[in-house]
Amino acid sequence: MNQLLEPARAGKAAKTGRLRRECGAIRKDFQKNRHLYLMILPVLAYFVIFHYWPMYGAQIAFKDFSPGLGISGSPWVGFKHFKSFFTGIYFGRLVGNTLKISLSTLCVGFPAAIILALLLNEIRCNVYKRLVQTVSYLPYFISIMVVCGLVLDFTSQNGLINDVVELFGGERVSYMLYPKYFVPVYVASGVWQNIGWNSIVYLAALAAVDPQLYEAATIDGAGKLRQTWSVTLPGILPTIVIMLIMRIGQLMNVGFEKIILLYNPNIYETADVISSFVYRKGLMEFSYSFSTAVGLFNSLINFLLLCTANFISRKCNETSLW
Amino acid sequence: MAIRRSMGERVFTVFNYTILFLLMVVTLYPFLYVIFASFSKSSLLMAHSGILLHSLGFDLGAYKLVLRNPMIGLSYLNTLFIVVVGTALNVIMTALAAYVLSRKSFYWKRILMFIIVFTMMFSGGLIPFYLVVRDLGLADTRMALILPTLISTYNLIIMRTSFAAIPVSLEESAKMDGATDFTVLFKIIIPLSMPVIAVMILFYGVGNWNSWFNAMIFLKTREKYPLQLILREIILSSNTDSMTTDVSSADKELVTETVKYATIMVASLPIMCVYPFLQKYFVKGVMVGSLKE
Repeated sequence: MNQLLEPARAGKAAKTGRLRRECGAIRKDFQKNRHLYLMILPVLAYFVIFHYWPMYGAQIAFKDFSPGLGISGSPWVGFKHFKSFFTGIYFGRLVGNTLKISLSTLCVGFPAAIILALLLNEIRCNVYKRLVQTVSYLPYFISIMVVCGLVLDFTSQNGLINDVVELFGGERVSYMLYPKYFVPVYVASGVWQNIGWNSIVYLAALAAVDPQLYEAATIDGAGKLRQTWSVTLPGILPTIVIMLIMRIGQLMNVGFEKIILLYNPNIYETADVISSFVYRKGLMEFSYSFSTAVGLFNSLINFLLLCTANFISRKCNETSLW
Repeated sequence: MAIRRSMGERVFTVFNYTILFLLMVVTLYPFLYVIFASFSKSSLLMAHSGILLHSLGFDLGAYKLVLRNPMIGLSYLNTLFIVVVGTALNVIMTALAAYVLSRKSFYWKRILMFIIVFTMMFSGGLIPFYLVVRDLGLADTRMALILPTLISTYNLIIMRTSFAAIPVSLEESAKMDGATDFTVLFKIIIPLSMPVIAVMILFYGVGNWNSWFNAMIFLKTREKYPLQLILREIILSSNTDSMTTDVSSADKELVTETVKYATIMVASLPIMCVYPFLQKYFVKGVMVGSLKE
C-alpha cells in the first residue's frame, strides 16, 4: 500500500517543485526585466480592451441583447440567431457573393501582380523601371473614399467609361444599377489599386534569384521564355506559394468598407457580402445579437481557413506564417 | 538561330515597354482626369463628354469654394490631429511592444506573442467592438479614432523582426554601463532602425489619413469629422450644399461637379507628395512582414 502511494506523492512533490521553480523564475525575471514589464503593460491593456473584451462580448450572439440589461445581464437564447441566419433567405446569397467576389479577386489580381513583377524584371533601364513602380504604387495610398468616388463617377450614366463605350459605338449603361456589373467593377478597381503594391514581394524575390543560373541557361541555349519558365518561376515559387496560402486563408474575409461605399439596394443581389450584411443589420437596423452571430460565424470560418492554410504551408513548404 | 532569337527578344522588349507604359496611363489617367476637371470651367465640363486631355478653360472657382469652406478647413485640422497624435502614439506603442517581444530572455515572450498574433486570426466582430468603444465612453470623441487602432499586429511583426536583427552585444554593453531598457530602446534600438520607423510612420500615417469607418460610426458632432467623412458627403452623395450656399441654385448643379474634383485633389495631394520619397523603404516593410521571424 505504502509502496503504491509513494510514486504519487513523489509526482506531487515534483509538481509543486516545478511550480515553485517556475515562480522563482518569474520573480527573478521580474527583478531583472522590471522595465520590460512596464513597457508591455500599456500594450497588453490595448489588446485586452480592444481585442479580447470584444471577444468576451461576442457572447451576445447566444443571447437576446438589450442595452438596458448589458452584455452579461441579457438572457441566453442558445443558437436561435444562428438558426435564423442559416435558415434565412440571405444565407446562400451572402456566402455565395462573398466567395464569388473573393475568388474573382484572387483569380485576376493574384496572377496580375506576378506578371507585372516579371515584366518589370525584364526592364533594363532603371529610370523607366523606377518610374513604372512609383506610378503603380500610387493608387494603393489613395483613400478608399476617393477610389470609390471615382469608380461611381466613371461608371455612371454620364461617366468616363460610358463616354468611351459610346465612342466605340456601344450603348450607355449605368453600370452600378445592374447586379451583373458589380463583381467586374469591384475586381477591376481592386486590381487597379493594388497591382503595383502586391508586386513588390515578387520583385524582391526576383532580385534574389542567382544570376549564375541565367548565365548557365543562356550557355545551354535557353531563350528568354525558356529562362522565365525554368529559372525565374522556380526561383520565386516559394514566395508565390506562401502568398497564395495567405490569400486562401482570407477567402471568406471580404472587407465591407469598399462594398458599403459602392453598393446600393438595386445590386444587393450580387454585392452584399457577409461583412456588409453584419454592418447593415447591426449598426443600421440595430439587431445587435443577430448581427454578432453572423459575424461570429464568419470569424470562425476565417479562423478555420487560416489554420488549414497554415497547416498546409507547414507541410509542403516547411515555412509557416507564424 | 541566334539572329532570330535576338529578333524575338527585341520584339518582346518593345512589347514590354509598351505594355508597362499603358499600365502607367491606366493608373494615372483617372488622376489626370480629376486634375483637368477640377481646373475646368464648370459650364464647359458639363457640356463635355469623353476623355479630357487638358482642362476646359481655366477656372480656379472650384478651389476657391473648397478652400473657403469652413468644413473643409475644420476637417483638415481634425485629420491632421489624428494623423500627428495618432501616428506618434501608434509608433511609440508598436516600438514598445516590438522591443519587449524581441528580447530573448523575457519570460513571457512566447505567451505574449501568442496572445497578440491570435488577434490577427480571430476577432469578436464589429458589433461587440462597437459596444466596447461605446461603453468606454469614447463615442463622439476624437480618441475613438485613435485608441482602438493603436497597434496593428502586422506592423508590430515587421518592427519586431527588424529589432531582433540588431546584435545583442550592443544592448549588453549598454546594460553593462548601467542603461535601462528604456535607454536601450530610445538611444540604441530606435536610432539604428530608422528605415523601419520610416515605414511605420508611412503605414500608420496613411492609415490614419485615410480612415473613415470608425469616424462614421462613432462621431455625431459634425465639427469633429475628419476629412474623409466630408469627402464622403461631397463625392459619394454629391452633397455640396455646405459649400455652395452663396451660389445661386441654378449654378449649383454646375458647380457641384468641379467642386467634387477639387475636393478630391485637396484631400489626396499630401499623400501623393509624400509616398515617393519613402519608396525605397517599401520593400523592407513588405518583405519582413510576409515572413515569419
